[in-house]
Amino acid sequence: MRKQLVLEDGFHLYGEAFGSKEDSDVFEIVFNTSMTGYQEILSDPSYFGQGVLFTNPLIGNYGINRDDFEALTPSLSAVFVSTLCDRPSNFRAKLSLEAFLASAKIPGLQGIDTRAVVRHIRSQGVLRGKIVSEERNSKEVQKELVETPLRHDHVQHVMTKKAYEIPASGKRIVLMDFGAKLNILHALVGHGCSVIVVPGNSSYEEILSYAPDGILVSNGPGDPMDNREAITTLSKLIESDIPIFGICLGHQLISLAKGGKTYKMKFGHRGANQPVIDLKTGKVLITSQNHGYAVDEKSLEGTGLVPTYVNLNDRTIEGVKDIRHPVSSVQFHPEAAAGPHDAYPLIQDFLKTIDEKEDFIHA
Amino acid sequence: MPKRKDIHKILVIGSGPIVIGQAAEFDYSGTQACRALREEGYEVVLLNSNPATIMTDTLIADKVYIEPITLEAAKRIIYKERPDAILGTLGGQTGLNLTIELAKAGILEQFHVEVLGTSLEAINRASDRELFKKLMDDIREPMAQSLEVETVKEALDAGRKIGYPVVVRPFYTLGGTGGGYADDEQALADIAESGLSVSPIHKCLIEKSLKGYKEIEYEVMRDDKDNAIVVCAMENVDPVGIHTGDSIVVAPLQTLTDKENQMLRDVSLKIIRALKITGGCNVQIALDPDSFKYFIIEVNPRVSRSSALASKATGYPIAEISAKLSVGLTLDEILNPITKTSYACFEPSIDYFVTKYPRFPFDKFETADGELTTQMKATGEVMAIGRNFQESLNKAIRSLEVKRDSLFDPALASFSDEELKKRVTDCDYERPFAIAELFRRGTTPKEIHDLSKIDLFFLDGMKSIVDMEREVQEKPFDVETLKKAKKLGVSDSFIARSWKTTTISIEDFRHKNNIIPVFKMVDTCAGEFESATPYFYGTWGEENESIRSDRKKVVVLGSGPIRIGQGVEFDFATVHCIWALRKLGYEAIVINNNPETVSTDFSVSDKLYFEPLTIEDVMAVIDLEKPMGVIVQFGGQTAINLAKALDERHVPILGTSLEGIDAGEDRDIFEKVMAELKIPTPIGRTAFDVEEARKIAKELGYPLIIRPSYVLGGRAMQVVDNDNELEIYMKTAVKEITHDSPILLDKYIRGREVEVDAISDATDVYLPGIMSQIEKAGVHSGDSTSVYPPLGLSEEVKKTILDYTIKIGRGFHIKGLFNIQFDIEEGTDKVYVIEVNPRSSRTVPYLSKATGTSMCEIATACIMGTSLEEQGYPTGMKEERKDRYFVKSPAFSFSKIRGVDTTLGPEMKSTGESMGSDISFEKAMAKALLGTGVHLPLSSNVLITVSDDTKQETLAIAKKFFDIGYGIYATSGTASFLRENGLIVRDCRKVSETKDSRMDVLDLIRTKKVTYVINTQPFSDKSSSLDGYLIRRVAWENGIFCMTCLDTARALLSVLENESYSFEPLGEERK
Repeated sequence: MRKQLVLEDGFHLYGEAFGSKEDSDVFEIVFNTSMTGYQEILSDPSYFGQGVLFTNPLIGNYGINRDDFEALTPSLSAVFVSTLCDRPSNFRAKLSLEAFLASAKIPGLQGIDTRAVVRHIRSQGVLRGKIVSEERNSKEVQKELVETPLRHDHVQHVMTKKAYEIPASGKRIVLMDFGAKLNILHALVGHGCSVIVVPGNSSYEEILSYAPDGILVSNGPGDPMDNREAITTLSKLIESDIPIFGICLGHQLISLAKGGKTYKMKFGHRGANQPVIDLKTGKVLITSQNHGYAVDEKSLEGTGLVPTYVNLNDRTIEGVKDIRHPVSSVQFHPEAAAGPHDAYPLIQDFLKTIDEKEDFIHA
Repeated sequence: MPKRKDIHKILVIGSGPIVIGQAAEFDYSGTQACRALREEGYEVVLLNSNPATIMTDTLIADKVYIEPITLEAAKRIIYKERPDAILGTLGGQTGLNLTIELAKAGILEQFHVEVLGTSLEAINRASDRELFKKLMDDIREPMAQSLEVETVKEALDAGRKIGYPVVVRPFYTLGGTGGGYADDEQALADIAESGLSVSPIHKCLIEKSLKGYKEIEYEVMRDDKDNAIVVCAMENVDPVGIHTGDSIVVAPLQTLTDKENQMLRDVSLKIIRALKITGGCNVQIALDPDSFKYFIIEVNPRVSRSSALASKATGYPIAEISAKLSVGLTLDEILNPITKTSYACFEPSIDYFVTKYPRFPFDKFETADGELTTQMKATGEVMAIGRNFQESLNKAIRSLEVKRDSLFDPALASFSDEELKKRVTDCDYERPFAIAELFRRGTTPKEIHDLSKIDLFFLDGMKSIVDMEREVQEKPFDVETLKKAKKLGVSDSFIARSWKTTTISIEDFRHKNNIIPVFKMVDTCAGEFESATPYFYGTWGEENESIRSDRKKVVVLGSGPIRIGQGVEFDFATVHCIWALRKLGYEAIVINNNPETVSTDFSVSDKLYFEPLTIEDVMAVIDLEKPMGVIVQFGGQTAINLAKALDERHVPILGTSLEGIDAGEDRDIFEKVMAELKIPTPIGRTAFDVEEARKIAKELGYPLIIRPSYVLGGRAMQVVDNDNELEIYMKTAVKEITHDSPILLDKYIRGREVEVDAISDATDVYLPGIMSQIEKAGVHSGDSTSVYPPLGLSEEVKKTILDYTIKIGRGFHIKGLFNIQFDIEEGTDKVYVIEVNPRSSRTVPYLSKATGTSMCEIATACIMGTSLEEQGYPTGMKEERKDRYFVKSPAFSFSKIRGVDTTLGPEMKSTGESMGSDISFEKAMAKALLGTGVHLPLSSNVLITVSDDTKQETLAIAKKFFDIGYGIYATSGTASFLRENGLIVRDCRKVSETKDSRMDVLDLIRTKKVTYVINTQPFSDKSSSLDGYLIRRVAWENGIFCMTCLDTARALLSVLENESYSFEPLGEERK
């Protein structure tokens, strides 16, 4: 079935529908440049409300397996590929991408000139769009898109509604869930942590009531400024001197909590090849990233936060730490999935700060 | 870290002559690296014996030494130049080996030469299997169980211990030479024997076979700060078992999930860090298709063929960055030369599909064994870029120039299913075509997978091509079908054949229906950053990114894959043409498909289109760019062959016109023009069938030289002596005869061959020099030893040659370069013109360098309208050099390909060349020979086994060997003849004689009792007696220089005599 992608600036093109054949919701279109890892990407809750375009021209080759999900259900709004591979080949493949998206009711469009769309986004910035039937008048759809109010409720759709515990005998970590990727949990559990996953908007008191050794502020979708409550909660938690580590949205929230500012980037960083430079060692990590907002470097002045990582290419802030409190955060994804493991040790480093703090207290 | 200020002068080692396993990729890498070093302000001194390369151009290095890559030569250069540092990781295994030798000999220490880039210790750790295995054990990375052996018996013991199948890997050899898989003891004994003999240290590794595993390669880079990145991960379509140089390779990874990819990425980075490599490194990993289990296969601690491919596939210039890292810069300090906005410390993301397809020499070596193993056999490769597997595979196939434009080989249609399946299981080089044929007959991808272990992803892709082709055949002129077919890369020519029409009418039909390809940029970042790289590929989509400029532009066609007969020489010419055009102010646009070459380095031209060199793909570029015209004369026969189709489409051919080209290519026109010019040519005729050929033979008389028209490098050319041979030839070469390309029969002239390359603007003709050939007419000029200034030509003959050259330049209206082959008849000194090639030739780089003439640049200016007179090159010949001799010697790759007869003849067999120069012919010749790996000991033994008709001639040669103190071995017939004539000769038994404890002739060779073998076969006997064949094969396989032409032996003798003393009693005058 032929359908069309219409963007809010009038850009539109036609392709073959796959997955769900329904019209999509209104989404923000973004592109991801990873060459492997479509299963992780399309199940990453941070893509809520977005239509994800894969720059790798052939998607679906290794199918969908049981293990590589980053959430139980995908929350993105649409998928765009150049060529869909309908005969997956991998020993773990259980399902074709097409079948998976159909069952998850996610519309996709294939056979489109994905590179043309990327170049359009690169010059115009991220845009809202929609997959609609071929016959629809694109001008009309464009009007609908422009008139659709921006949404501010992303996080509510992807975070846990209730707190729950994954018990273990190690350190007790509260994971403030704004749509956390499963691999963050994997990493913590892998290090023997007992994890209490709480809704991102949980109160200061509730979080403290779990007596955490450390707090991990997760990734998640949308504009960080939409999380007013969490920002306030975090500013108090930071003062409590409990070690805190933030990832992606978590990083932005920590920065905001300390009085920094965030801004929307033209088209963000989404891929598995983003080089960030560790300002302490001067070494470069190749990182997995997925963000459309960034922390404004100038706004950090006087907040007590100092940059720890910057992007080698555009020099944007990729990590900060608090000079007085055991608080740090990174814009990229140490838990990878999809992407390189260069930054994986950061999770362990966070757990180490807990030890150090305890040593300090007991010393 | 900033770059090193304490070093100023760097010695760079090249890779020497092109041989299988070490080809043009090192010209590309070396050129790039030299330029990068000079860009950083260092003085570069280069050592390379290969004159055909861009790397050995005086524009690339501050000082270029075209000398043999030997310890002796390097020592002298170091003594003379006193470099501060040496960079040996750019010249393949040859460069590494020499660097190691220099270090071992204490020369580096003595002259305070620092090894740049990866340390020798690290190189050693990576190359020595034992040390590498130990390192892998230390870092807990798995390798397949293996045992080192030094004898066949040890090998068999190892086989028993490890369990079959096993793989044999000889130490320190190029492209896995001499290795292979063994399923049982018998096979292991055979392979181990040859493996042990080719290994310079006579060691092999017997290893558990991982056949059927996926073969995955990571191209990784590391700097001194320990930053490490993956430039490109590539997947071999052919599972472990076939050398990656012979495998179809794709990028990015296709059948690996992110989990598998990241697991292997981690491993690759861990290894490069453990090895402490500075620069690029290739890591090969075998991955179980059914689990996460993997084994490290090997690493290459240097730039390689794979790194050249990865550079072209991603746009990331590995050699350039490696060179910069070697002088202390770090990845985060170097700007990504593609985007110029991001840094070299990142991992390219590609948004297209790359397929590399090897180019095999089996079209020339028809008797050779076409089974692919761990020993590389391909001479070259093509790369094709598309947006899906099918498209890029189809583009790759039509880039190969093997007369195929799809996955269809008509010759396989008559094969039975069983025969086809055998080709699949035997890993025949034609396997993809056999697979497609089986699909056509209803075999399923699953069945093929069971036979081949090729991943179903690739098999499904191939099947969909076959299905698409069927649909095309079933639906003539259906627009939707056409659109679908084009997206899968199906060629216009295939569609035209299916729809029983011409390619032109398919083009028209497409244009009418607006089915036109677009061009996308290769930018390392999948479009994330704005780039200004002028590097494009064609595909089918909505948006065209290649914007035509309003500058005056010229399209230059490259020469495609490296193959025997068309090597790196043509890339040299192409690159020089591009440079000249740019210097003249034109926008130079190049189309080529060879990832190994300098011409496909995006920084060389104004615009690079990485596309097949077929009329369809070339016209797509021309339709977009609307150039002033196309230059076809530098890209070898590949480009020349497109001239007619371009002319039909009203595209101006710049330089020599189509008429001029045809006068050289079309026998009838050629003879007519030559008659008009009153230039003698051997009498020749054209035949379309056997009957006609026999009639012509009767008329002209034997011997005849016979070949199909429009062929490369004398392919399928042969001297025939009687009707019987003629018939055999016509039958075996019959597939070459079509109405467009008939068979040519020429009277064979016994004499000397002389060659010229000249430049003409159709008014004036400038001849930089004459090259004489050592071997007599009948040996392909590409396999002959060439000498400049020419040897033994009378002034009269030289004048005639110049006169004919001028006449031909004018008479053919040549604009640009042309090449003429002459025969000087024995006895009469009469000059015949054998052929005229209205294009750049194999000898252009050699003659350019020997005479110090920028031939391609001058020719390009002529093509663009600046006359020779205006350029200051009046009609005539450049004054011959008297200060120095230049000898070009062929290099062969016989040891890599089993089943090839090494006798030289009219069919070209060499893969590369080396040049030697010195103040006398003998010294220059010595260097040329050393450059190709021939040893020149002052005392040793020679084995002589010659046919009756050459015995008399051989006597003089044998005597000379005797006089300089060489021992002479000979087989019975030859031995008694020599003894009768007063020589002391040791007998050796023929192969066919019964086996006893005495050594036979093959043992003699294998045990290296002899340094040289002289072997001739009767002029008329092409059936090649098995004995002679075995002697020649065994000699090559054991690295013994085997001469099949007595002229070569005489030249060698002159070298040896020059360096030895002779002992004669008083009173005896030497005859």
